[in-house]
Amino acid sequence: MFNKKECVAMLLAGGQGSRLYALTQDVAKPAVPFGAKYRIIDFPLSNCINSGIDTVGVLTQYQPLVLNEYIGNGQPWDLDRIHGGVHVLPPYQKATGADWYSGTANAIYQNIGFIDRYDPEYVVVLSGDHIYKMDYNKMLEFHKSKKAAATIAVLDVPKEEASRFGIMITDDDDNIIDFEEKPKVPRSTLASMGIYIFTWEKLRAYLIANEEDETASKDFGKNIIPDMREAGEKLVAYRFDGYWKDVGTIESLWEANMDLINPNIPIDLYDPNWKIYSRNPVYPPQSIGKNAQVQNSMVTEGCVIDGSVEFSMISDGVIVEEGAVIYDSILMPGAVVKKGAKVEYAIVGENSVIGENCQIGARPETIEDKDSWGVAVVGHNLTISDGSNVLPKAIIYEDM
Amino acid sequence: MEVNMGNVLGLVFANMHDTTLGDMTKNRTMGSVMFGGRYRLIDFPLSNMVNSGISEVGVITKSNYQSLLDHLGSAREWDLARKKGGLYILPPFGNVESTLYRGRIEAIYGAMNFISHSTAKYIVLTDCDVITNIDYKPIVAKHIESGADITVVSHTGPYTSDDLKTATVLNTNEEGQVTSVLIQPELSGTCTCSLNMFVMSMEFMVDMIKDSIARGKVSFEKDILQERCSELKIMAYEYKYYFSKLNSTDTYFKANMDILDPENARKLFVPKRSIYTKVSDNAPAKYDLDCIVKNSLVADGCIIEGEVENCVLFRGVKIGKGAKLKNCILGQGTVVGDGAQMNYVITDKDVTVAPKHVLTSSAEYQMYVSKGATV
Repeated sequence: MFNKKECVAMLLAGGQGSRLYALTQDVAKPAVPFGAKYRIIDFPLSNCINSGIDTVGVLTQYQPLVLNEYIGNGQPWDLDRIHGGVHVLPPYQKATGADWYSGTANAIYQNIGFIDRYDPEYVVVLSGDHIYKMDYNKMLEFHKSKKAAATIAVLDVPKEEASRFGIMITDDDDNIIDFEEKPKVPRSTLASMGIYIFTWEKLRAYLIANEEDETASKDFGKNIIPDMREAGEKLVAYRFDGYWKDVGTIESLWEANMDLINPNIPIDLYDPNWKIYSRNPVYPPQSIGKNAQVQNSMVTEGCVIDGSVEFSMISDGVIVEEGAVIYDSILMPGAVVKKGAKVEYAIVGENSVIGENCQIGARPETIEDKDSWGVAVVGHNLTISDGSNVLPKAIIYEDM
Repeated sequence: MEVNMGNVLGLVFANMHDTTLGDMTKNRTMGSVMFGGRYRLIDFPLSNMVNSGISEVGVITKSNYQSLLDHLGSAREWDLARKKGGLYILPPFGNVESTLYRGRIEAIYGAMNFISHSTAKYIVLTDCDVITNIDYKPIVAKHIESGADITVVSHTGPYTSDDLKTATVLNTNEEGQVTSVLIQPELSGTCTCSLNMFVMSMEFMVDMIKDSIARGKVSFEKDILQERCSELKIMAYEYKYYFSKLNSTDTYFKANMDILDPENARKLFVPKRSIYTKVSDNAPAKYDLDCIVKNSLVADGCIIEGEVENCVLFRGVKIGKGAKLKNCILGQGTVVGDGAQMNYVITDKDVTVAPKHVLTSSAEYQMYVSKGATV
């Protein structure tokens, strides 16, 4: 018999992340590199351990190999525990049959057995595609004080952006009375952050009921939350006022990276009391050469920089040769940019090589037709031969 | 010749030659002296042993070893947290035989309990004062092949005044057999000096150490290598790969500056033969809008707003706006205030330099600022 855990976290990491195109061809979205030395999943995992939650189930399905290896035994996040810790939970065969996870709710449903082993009072449901620092324990205290069945974390967004989100309509006491998915005319500006806390006993019952309904889409947003509201359960909104960003698209992934070097954006990676942990590659310190010029950028270990780098995120083991120019771009681990190449407003995938004098992407001010401008993406493990030109907004899947 | 490195035990001396680095080893062992932006000296012998296939390693300490224990922890980062083998820290007074040793013979004798429990057939001994990426496998192979009693890893090169303090000079015949040994001789020109790395068979070493203790011998170099040179077969193994030997503040400074040259860095940090160290979960280094960084090594967690040239910055160093630094080594957590100027300065851990403060020294004599100081 396991010891009891008050709260268990379930991290939904199985989505394909199809809107990241070439970046999620072979890796699940949560394993996409972020912020020079992290992967997206480092944020929710670090939040868990920093919030005192030491039991985390990571639900994987799409291309899990990189993610599985990355999480490993959970040691980098201090989640290698005798009891609890991090567990990767792929779909598995049961006596009654074998199913892929058919929705977010179904994924949790299929792991009721895992959660029950810890006999928790509460379950936190998290996504693997958000960048933020949040104390889930404060949210849990809020959930307890409200005696809610479900608490949904919400962010007060500008009115003009509200129609991009799932919007929660609340009464004066933050009880959720209605919600609408991406409304054209939003009735509120409280956007759901995709972070839920449930009283496990309640969630368990709704998951089982939802599973019996064959027409249901087995999704939290579409089924579980509406079902709970219809049954009159207490649903409350927990207001979060820090930095939070969904990185599900190329543009938002690029923006969130750039936010880290924007002094006006409140996400501090240097706070010793809320470290974001990651699996450390073994590399020497970064080497900044005699011809290098590095400004307003983040660079990590193992990089060898002898070119010009501005407003960029340079991940571990990246090489930027003399005369190369990196501007407003993200170079993922192991990328190489050869002499004279220009990378502007672009994302270069892991271990990809940009040949000499290539032009990857372009600055928006150089493009007349603004609609044709966007961040250029070179996928992982590609070779772009010398002198090639990758247009803005292009997404490169193959060598060129 | 194929050698089974699973049959080899490693022994690292964390305190040997402590005094040569002056104040840097006032509160720590030689092994825990910082190096190269994110390392401690002991990372090199430990990583070299692991990369050579040695998975059972003892670390002999003498004094000041708190920082060493903090650094090594469970030795997981070196892949030495093992059920079978792994890392053993061997402090003084660990058992009845083990006291504050006076020399290498007593140090090994103090570790005899650990050594005799091992089933290894050979033993590699090393100090922490040579920074290199060495593969012990061909050395052990050569040792076995030559039938030597002791193999001493050595290098033939110019003899400097710094060598006077610690050097063991080997005279060899054409086959590389050591014919006589000089301890800290006053010489000049080209000499073959010991790099303080030795290979022996376990059986030979145990017998020799027990015998030497019975005779009241202390120094491995004087009482064994030198005195018994003619009766033992001592072979010198000429090591020609890139290395730096530390025996003064000046050599320490130069060894750090040496790896600013990417050529040298590539020889020390070899892919698939990584140098491992403690992980400290720092954020990436941040380069501010107005910073200028040239020819420097920078570790994670640094925030640079000023100008930095020819410097080694350890983890979490902060350089304020308008500060100008040249030829400096800044220890972990050093904070340099706005507008400060520094040239040829080595700061230890957590030093604070006040805004606009000027600290300059010279290439011949680098200023050293001790741990936690505010200047």
